[in-house]
Amino acid sequence: MRLILNGEGIETASETVQQLLQDMGIEPERVAVEVNLKVLKRAEFQDYQLHEDDAVEIVYFVGGGTRG
Amino acid sequence: MDDTLSIRGIEFRSRLWIGTGKYKDFAETSRAVEASGADVVTVAVRRVNITDRKSENLLDYIDPKKYKILPNTAGCYSVEDALRYSRLAREAGISDMIKLEVIGDERTLFPDTIGLLRATEILAKEGFIVFPYTNDDPIMARRLEDAGAAAVMPLGAPIGSGLGIRNPYNIRIILEASKVPVLVDAGVGTASDATIAMELGCDAVLINTAIAAAKDPAVMATAMKHAVIAGRLAYKAGRMGKRLYAAASSPIEGML
Repeated sequence: MRLILNGEGIETASETVQQLLQDMGIEPERVAVEVNLKVLKRAEFQDYQLHEDDAVEIVYFVGGGTRG
Repeated sequence: MDDTLSIRGIEFRSRLWIGTGKYKDFAETSRAVEASGADVVTVAVRRVNITDRKSENLLDYIDPKKYKILPNTAGCYSVEDALRYSRLAREAGISDMIKLEVIGDERTLFPDTIGLLRATEILAKEGFIVFPYTNDDPIMARRLEDAGAAAVMPLGAPIGSGLGIRNPYNIRIILEASKVPVLVDAGVGTASDATIAMELGCDAVLINTAIAAAKDPAVMATAMKHAVIAGRLAYKAGRMGKRLYAAASSPIEGML
């Protein structure tokens, strides 16, 4: 299935957000996930079904203080 | 004398809060954070690097169990973006605290206070503990407080400018009127600037560039730690009045 992940088109066999994170080697505890502009609760990752052409954003904390 | 800063029931060990941007690497960030004695560390929210997933994570160096992670919305130029980043930050982290920035202009990085006010109102209603980065404008500070801000964070000078506290009189007016804590955010360039902010009666200061861009960030972090403590103590002690002419400290009596 095709997804837009962090702005890039990818092919994946992952059917849920949890699987996608696992496949990417990303620890769920340190990220937030948005699917089609909806911010998910961490508890939703497990069962949240992905669909063709979903826009997925995975974000985390980086260094940054008071800069634009 | 207990002088712990407490905001919305959260207790803060230090009145120096620090940003984590612009450091050479995570090791340097970590050394500076450690030296500063700060317990609040601000971080930005960005996309995970999908192609290089082995890259290091800031939180491997700044332990969230030891520090309070304060996500910010740096880089957001609209209310919509600021709300989106805030909601993502809340899910990525473990608290409802958000340092809210709605930036109005790339060159000055001054806040778009109209957007800031709207975003503060919405996020406060959603249960966020909102720390808005604002101008040194007493009226806007009051409006943000009314909109549900947990504290207000007026700038001392533009972000990253190191120009110090440009308008201490406005900061004083904000302090006099404010019922929520006031933290100076942005503008501090060196230790004396931090002391001035604290002597005015500010509850805390947030510093990033002054430490990160120093030749030795860890040593500057130590300087800032002492500067904030000195300023706070001087404020609590109550300074002497200023006078134009000398007043001798030694007695006249007993002179030959």
